[in-house]
Amino acid sequence: MKKFLVKRLLISMVLLVFVSMIIYGIMRCMPASFVETKAMELAQKPGAKSYEEWLAQLNASYGLDSGIIQGYFTWASKAVRGQFGDSWNYNQPVLQKFSSVIWYSFALAFSAFFLEIIIAIPAGVAAARKQYSATDYSITVIALIGISLPSFFFATILKWVFAVKLNWLDLYGIVGRMHQQMSPMGQILDMAKHMIMPVATLTIVGIGSLMRYTRTNMLEVLNSDYIRTARAKGLPERKVINYHAFRNILIPIITLLGGTLPGLFGGALITETLFQIPGIGYTSYQCIVLGDIPFVMFYMLFSAVLILAGNLIADILYAVVDPRVRVN
Amino acid sequence: MANEENTKVENMKLDDMQRVKVLSPSALVLKRFFRNKLAIIGMVIIIMMFLFSFVGGMIIPYGQSQVFYTTEEMRKDYAGATYISDYVVYEAEGVEIPSDLYSKSILAINQNKAVVESRGGGHLALRPLAGDSYLTYVAEETKNPRAMKSAEHKAAVDAGENYFEYDGNAYIVDDATGKELLYAVSEAAVICKLSFTPYASDTALPYDFLKNALLAMSGADGTFEAGGNAYTLEMDGEAAAMVYAADGSDYAYISDMSINSVLGGVFLAPDFKEAVALAIQEGTESFLYTDAAGTEDTYLLSEKNGQYLISRFQETRVIDTYAQPSKTHLLGTDANGMDMLARLMYGGRISLLIGFVVVIIEVIIGVIIGGVAGYFGGWIDNILMRLVDVIYCIPAMPLYLILGSIMDHYRASPTVRIYMLCVTMSTIGWVGIARIVRGQILSLREQEFMVAAEALGISVGRRIFKHLVPNVVPQLIVFSTMGLGEVILAEATLSYLGLGIKYPAASWGSIINAVNDSYVMTNYLFVWIPAGFLILLTVLAFNFIGDGLRDAFDPKMKR
Repeated sequence: MKKFLVKRLLISMVLLVFVSMIIYGIMRCMPASFVETKAMELAQKPGAKSYEEWLAQLNASYGLDSGIIQGYFTWASKAVRGQFGDSWNYNQPVLQKFSSVIWYSFALAFSAFFLEIIIAIPAGVAAARKQYSATDYSITVIALIGISLPSFFFATILKWVFAVKLNWLDLYGIVGRMHQQMSPMGQILDMAKHMIMPVATLTIVGIGSLMRYTRTNMLEVLNSDYIRTARAKGLPERKVINYHAFRNILIPIITLLGGTLPGLFGGALITETLFQIPGIGYTSYQCIVLGDIPFVMFYMLFSAVLILAGNLIADILYAVVDPRVRVN
Repeated sequence: MANEENTKVENMKLDDMQRVKVLSPSALVLKRFFRNKLAIIGMVIIIMMFLFSFVGGMIIPYGQSQVFYTTEEMRKDYAGATYISDYVVYEAEGVEIPSDLYSKSILAINQNKAVVESRGGGHLALRPLAGDSYLTYVAEETKNPRAMKSAEHKAAVDAGENYFEYDGNAYIVDDATGKELLYAVSEAAVICKLSFTPYASDTALPYDFLKNALLAMSGADGTFEAGGNAYTLEMDGEAAAMVYAADGSDYAYISDMSINSVLGGVFLAPDFKEAVALAIQEGTESFLYTDAAGTEDTYLLSEKNGQYLISRFQETRVIDTYAQPSKTHLLGTDANGMDMLARLMYGGRISLLIGFVVVIIEVIIGVIIGGVAGYFGGWIDNILMRLVDVIYCIPAMPLYLILGSIMDHYRASPTVRIYMLCVTMSTIGWVGIARIVRGQILSLREQEFMVAAEALGISVGRRIFKHLVPNVVPQLIVFSTMGLGEVILAEATLSYLGLGIKYPAASWGSIINAVNDSYVMTNYLFVWIPAGFLILLTVLAFNFIGDGLRDAFDPKMKR
């Protein structure tokens, strides 16, 4: 087990090096005039340094003045030490901005994740229990609609119904207009109220795959011999499903969910942007559009780390949950 | 019928091929597929979408970037009118006039002086003509005792005037300083608070006409002569008058109002001015006027700080933005006045085409790399799969967004954007297919038929792509059908964010982009609802088909 872990970790590190190379390469593909324009812009701000100083600083901090390989190592050696530079857009260290916005994203993603689990798993089990019944068909169709629904379209419909027509919720943002005057409890409730539509969007859009995954695995389990044996023993159906079958579908489900855990920190780029929730996703979107290279580089690398971590966790969980894997 | 068939079967030999109806594997798959209701619904939707986008685009008479106009009744300013509160100077022909004539004359009127000094050192003399009108003269101080003693001067003094003519010259006497000063004068201009409009737009009214008309206005008989022609003047209210030529035809209109067209170079007929003056006097808000061409129009009159504005409703051609759905535009028009239905059709072409192109490229790259990796195994497999892992780790959505904003920076044309989008999406997307192909081939290559293929001496390339890959086709088809939906969704999201397909090219996502304006979201549902449902239906249909195919290819899930 230890050997397996170390091997996987090492592979992940190597992968990360290559991914960061590609990300750095993409950044180097940006037009050269981009940095010049940026320097010009920065120099025009009141009380700013001169254009030449900015240009030299920007080029030096991203190794743009040297060759691409040397430049990569300049950037990477700083990144390893946790120096990601200052965000151009927010005028503060990237990591500081990151830590101030990440919790909005986490709260959003975690609520949606929790809702998805408590809705999708029972629904998937119910669909598998009565395959080809009306329940199964409707759950399958709902799951497929969820997968197929463009999040921006669903978000717009939600906004139109709840914010425009019913006027219950606000269109955008994380806090209401009266936020400052509220009591601490009221402030939390205010933020929660603003989270309703984003969470609903994320849940509906993300619920389909988990539902179908549960259904497929449950069907597989229900077809296996030990379920037939359990039924032959005369166990009540409830016990067969909830005890014998359910425990066995937990293996793939926990593996899948474990793999998505790091992703909770990754932010929902689209949904956060749609509702202007100031999480990591919306912040990065703005930085991407405005060409804030330091923040975008950090976000890309961070996302890559999260994906790698997700794969790693899924692999480890697979081994932990299923004893058969451990033996091999 | 049934009996006949039975006898037929009985006549057959035991090993006759027709005794058992054998279905080929693909026919079995098809049969199972067509039994799946959802998959059929999906097929129908996709066929409809193709008809809608490709055939519909040909049938619809509008182009995707054809802008529509509409005529709208708009209240447009036509003319402005104001009472003339400042003196207007009408200069005489052929007289050299000092540059400060106007200001000095006003000064003289206000200070009630007969003679003022002009800037050039000369003098200006002023004499009341009639009412609020004055004659201005260029004056030169002279000493002419004979003129001062003449009977004409005496007569003028008796009449209380300071102007007299003597010996063919005109003189003005100024006694403002207590000493009588004599000035020889020559007429320079008339100053009055009236405007003169000739009936024919090309007539220029000569100076003596203006002067004599002014005199006639204060005179009793109302006839005067100018330039050898006789005119009749008829007062029209306090300070307006009509002038008729000798033959009785309308010649000019004199008014105390200045009425000018809003547009430069437009001649306003005197009877229009008369109508305006009448309406202002009567205090009405609108009046009717028939112009020279014979069309009657209602003109609206509004007043603000003594300025009167004459406006009328005019048909104006404007871009038909956000037109409600109607017979000509079944789904209305968008912000640029383009037909929504046509844009949805052309947008569908792009959305569907991008989906297919991307998936085809993905399948080609994925099958080659996955096939090679799976067949050879070992270090080749290791290297290729690590490449797959690396690409799998690149966050796709941020990457697309970055490329979109780079293309924005370069101002890439819509066509270039479409190509770039296809290339990027397929370079990121092929890894999933490569993994599936490689996984399947890893297990397939150990089977007996591969040993047989090797024993027959079939080349490696043929072994991979003729014997192994066809066995992966079921998974490939399922994966790419569902992938089509995903690609369409991703493209729509990008275009929605404004970083994918751009105006004037249409795509379903970029059409919904209009809801970023909350006013559009609230008021023009027809702009964003249809496009959203088209995306949803298309992606859903691809998923239905993919799901149906999966069940059809892999029946072991059926109990």
